[in-house]
Order: sequence, then C-alpha cells, then structure tokens
Amino acid sequence: MSIRIIEQRCVGCKLCVRACPFGAITVTKKLARIDVTKCNFCGICVDACKKYNAIELIRENVHTVDKSKYKGVWVFAEQKGGKVAGVTFELLGQGRQLADKLAEPLCAMLLGNQVGELARELICSGADKVYLAESGQLEVFIEDTFTEVITGLIREHKPNIVLFGATAVGRSLAPRVASRLETGLTADCTGLEIDPQTRDLLQTRPAFGGNLMATIVCPNHRPQMASVRPRVFKPARHDGLRMGRIIKFDYKHHTLTQRAQLLAVVKDSAKTTGIADADVIVAGGLGLGKAENFTIIERLADALRGAVGASRGVVDSGWFPYAHQVGQTGKTVCPKLYIACGISGAIQHLVGMQSSEIIVAINKDPKAPIFNVADYCIVGDVLEVVPALIKEIQRMQTSKRTERVVAGGWVENQSLSML
Amino acid sequence: MNIIVCVKQVPDTLEVSVDKQTNTLIREGVESVINPFDLYAVEEAMRLREQHGGTVTVLSMGPSQVVDTLRDALSMGVEKGILLCDVGFAGADTLATSYTLATAIKKIGIFDLIICGRQAVDGDTAHVGPSLAEKLGIPHVSCVIKIHEVTDKYMVTGRMTEDGIEKVKLSLPGLITVSKGINEPRQPSLRGKITAARRDIEVWTAADIAADSNKIGLKGSPTQVINMTTPEHHRAGQILEGPVQQQVADLVSTFSRAKILQRSAK
Repeated sequence: MSIRIIEQRCVGCKLCVRACPFGAITVTKKLARIDVTKCNFCGICVDACKKYNAIELIRENVHTVDKSKYKGVWVFAEQKGGKVAGVTFELLGQGRQLADKLAEPLCAMLLGNQVGELARELICSGADKVYLAESGQLEVFIEDTFTEVITGLIREHKPNIVLFGATAVGRSLAPRVASRLETGLTADCTGLEIDPQTRDLLQTRPAFGGNLMATIVCPNHRPQMASVRPRVFKPARHDGLRMGRIIKFDYKHHTLTQRAQLLAVVKDSAKTTGIADADVIVAGGLGLGKAENFTIIERLADALRGAVGASRGVVDSGWFPYAHQVGQTGKTVCPKLYIACGISGAIQHLVGMQSSEIIVAINKDPKAPIFNVADYCIVGDVLEVVPALIKEIQRMQTSKRTERVVAGGWVENQSLSML
Repeated sequence: MNIIVCVKQVPDTLEVSVDKQTNTLIREGVESVINPFDLYAVEEAMRLREQHGGTVTVLSMGPSQVVDTLRDALSMGVEKGILLCDVGFAGADTLATSYTLATAIKKIGIFDLIICGRQAVDGDTAHVGPSLAEKLGIPHVSCVIKIHEVTDKYMVTGRMTEDGIEKVKLSLPGLITVSKGINEPRQPSLRGKITAARRDIEVWTAADIAADSNKIGLKGSPTQVINMTTPEHHRAGQILEGPVQQQVADLVSTFSRAKILQRSAK
C-alpha cells in the first residue's frame, strides 16, 4: 500500500490534517506532508480532499484470481511455549485428506522463537512442507506480527486452502489475515470436503446454535480460509519415518511492527481445568440449590479426571467463574462425555453442548428439556445421585486397579468375585 | 476519549427459518434484541466515558428496524446512534460487513477506541471485530474481560484464553472485542428511555459513506451459503430406572464400555 500527495494539486488547505485520525499529516509552506510511520492508509484524507483530489492512495488489488495459481492445503500450526496445540494435529489429519483429494501438498506454518524442532513433529503428522518463521518478536502471539508473517507467506506461495484452529489465537488471527487478503473465512467448521465438480472447499458449520447446518463456499477468492474448533476432527496418525521439507521464512521484505504487547499471563488455577479441550465435562446448574453444593460437581469431575462446566445461572449467581460457562454466551464444547447435573437445559445451554459424544442428564424434573438431548437420563435429586455416582466410580476404579495388579493370574480377582 | 461501539441486532430466539430461494435467514416476524455481548460493549464504553470524558457513538448495519436496537443503547446513556441502512448492504458476510463499518467509521472521523461484542450470537463467527480493525489499519485485542489502565496513547487489557488471562497492552487508536465478565450492563433508566426516544438516529446509505458497490452486501462477500439443513439429533434417551444405586451402577458400566474409566484410572 502506498500514499502520496500530488504536489501540483495541493493548496495547503489543511482539510486533510483535520480529517486524519492518526495525526499523520502536517502542512508546511502550503504543502501537505504525510508521515508514513503514523499513516494507517485508511483513506480518510483522500475523501477529505475530494475537492482538490491531491492525495492518491494505491491499494493492492487481489481480485483477479486465477484459481490454478493457488495450490496446497495449509495449516496454521499453533504452538505455545514450545508445545504444539492439539488442534494442529487435528487440522493436519483433515488437511491430509483434503490435500490427497486435490493431489496437492499439505503444508504447515510454524511461527515462534526457537521452535524449529517442532517442525519435525508436523512432518511426522502429515505435513509435506513446513514454513518456519523464527524471531524473538514471534516468541508470543501478537496479532500484528503473526498477521504480517502469515499474509507474507500466503502472498508469496499462494495456497489454495488455509486452515486455523478456532482457539483464542486462531479466532483473533484468522479474521485479520482474511481481511488483509480480502478473502472469505468460515468460522467453526464441523465438516470440510472437496466438491468433486468445482474442486472448491465445501465448509459446513452450525448456524443458529446448531439448529441449522450451513454449507458455505468461497468460489471466487483464494485462498479459501476456514477455522475448525478443537476436537471436531481426529488427530493425524504419527509416522516417525515421514519425510518433509522445512522452508525458512525470508524477512527481507517484511518489517514486523507491533502495536500490542503481552505484559503478563495469569494462568487459571490447576484445579479448574479448561473446558475447551476436555474429554469429560461435569457441569452443574442451579438445581444444586446453593453455591456450597457445587463442590460435588468438582468432586465428580475429579473422579473422572474431567473439567468442570457451569450453566449461565450458576455463573451469574457467582457460584463458579465465567471461564467455565457452557452455552451461547459461554463456550461451545464437544467432549466425549458431558454430564449435566441439575441443569434444566434452556436452548442457550443446549446449543453449547449438544454435539458432545455421550450426554448424561441428572435432573429432578422429568420434563426438563435437557432430557431431550441426553443419551442417559436419571430422574432424581442431584444431591443424592451425584455422591452415589462418585462412590460407584471410585469403587470401579479400585477394582480395575486390583484387576491389573493380579493380571499375573496367581490369585482370583476378589473385587470381581464380589460383584 | 472518543469511542465507537458496533452493535448488531439479533433474533431473540434461535429457532429460525431459512429462505429456500436465497438461502438466507428469514428475520421477519421474529422478535429482535441487541446482541447480548454488545451490551457489555456499550456498558464498557459508558464507563470509560464516565472516567475519561469524551463521546460514545453506537453504529450498526441492518434494516430500518435496527433503529430500535440503537435506541436501546441510547437509553443506556449513549449520545449518538448511526444506522447504516441500504438495500446494497444486504447479504453481507463478515468481510463485506467489516468493510462497510470501516467506511462509515472513516466518515465519523476521529476516534480513540472501537468496542465490539466478542461475537454475535446468531452468526457466532467472532470475525467482524478483528476484520474491522484490519480494515481501519489499527491494532486489536479480542475477548477482553478486563481493562486495567487507559491513557491517551494505550490501554492495558485482560484477554481471556484457554488457560488463563493474558495482560495485553494495546496502542491507541485501537479496537477491542469484549466478553461477558467485563462488567454488569446497566438497566436503562426511565429518564434515559425518554431522552433516547427523543434523539434522532442518523441513517446513512451506501452513497452517504461513499462505499464501493463491489465491496458491500452479497456482491462484496467472498463466502456464499449454498445449503442449509436442519440437523437430526440421534439420541437414544434411555431412562435409567430403579433405585439410585442401580441407576449409578448402570451408568458407570456404560462409562466402562465407552472406555472412559480406563482413561481416568491411568
């Protein structure tokens, strides 16, 4: 992008100076000057100068798309502190299938500081090429720097498809990248297929909280971009013998400006495991009666090595922190097992959990809507059922352990013979 | 501090129907409300204005009835509302929406901060905030649940992530998207409602903001919805009978079959 003053036309009227929200224009000797370090290329001054037409802003145009020039399925490999996020392997698994169908390579973009050794992991999980960008400035995720590197890579290598995990990072980064590239982005896809006729990417996502499924295409723009929630696709199989190439990002044409800065990270306490990628979630609702009773939810979650979820009512009453709220104004989750305890199941809650693999509902009211989406229903008092459930789980786990200890077979399995 | 808050009108219920011909959502006949996350955005803007002075403008794009949503925001104390309303805007995806909002914001002119809700509960994409920031060439922070400090040049925010809260310093002018937890939105006062009812809400067309007709509405949207289906939920819905001890024993044996206990016993 570039901007310039057409000196012959400028009369020094200062209309542009007043219009510029960034204070980037000054007038000296009846001539406007634009400080490009302050300029954001927003074009407000161009509009302000309509009368004299003395400011020219040249924007790149990525509209004339020759689809045949765009090849490859790309995955943004998210990592934090030298550990690759789980969703990356899921994207590589699904990306591999798409790449094979298109007969195009599968590539990963890996950004960070001294993360080169992770590239091998990505190759073992299906990547043919890893584009590696390493810099102290990429140590932590900041939208500005990551957008610059990723759009730089995409403009240079022209991938056909780019996939992001719908994590806190992905959800902030992907729209910024798509916006800069002027291309389409589909959020939270649950299905990704290749249309056999057009060879376009068919992106399926829930709309209206899962009451509708929409199939979305991006037919005239490239790359086709999509984000995918964690745990939707199966992770790629690890193959330690796979070969691939690592290509280092060339910073020559890029300056990484950074207008935001990570000052500190306050980790959630260990006890309150994140619900976004938990296998098991035990969630409690107002049916528990009072805040103190919520501890049985935590105990059940502990027994199952799961995370704790909460209904909106519970969060609004201050019984449990917002980070654990499941539902429309909280998080959407899809664990293997979701146990709803004392949750009646308002539509706003159901949309956040109804795609879980197994749903168990425990509620006093047999007409509670939560039972409509549950696989296993217990009509009863949560304060009675949940403690009994914890006991039963612990009993089974102890017996399982005994079973394993005696696996040598020299003594009869006592816990089983007791049953 | 001059703040612009972008809000969206959403259907009050998620039980919606689809126009079979255009594959777009039928919004007529469904009661509409302000997107719940946008209430936190309006409230935060009001609080920042109360502390630091300045102005708050609410901006929305949509059909003419969105004026009601803007008036709801005005009744919370916001002084100015602008609606972008034009047939040309219809059918916009998140890219076209961001372009349209950005073009209008450039017309509004000077601002220090733009606040959006984390996401709209109908589209659920969380795209427009970051995409709008990009279109305006300003930095952004998503999913903010706390503002620690504000100066002329920067603000310090707390952003929610999977494993905790990140403290991020953002230079201004900038954009934040806010989530539940940042504040408790105020109820509009009776006086607020009366004042809001009297205020004029400006309505701007595509021509008013000099929008490029190739970049707005359906025409400006790279993504197209080609199919909408109603998913079927297959749930056996087995009711576990008997005394509590029997119920939990049956349940735990299903956990065993699903290999859930094995993983938790590791």
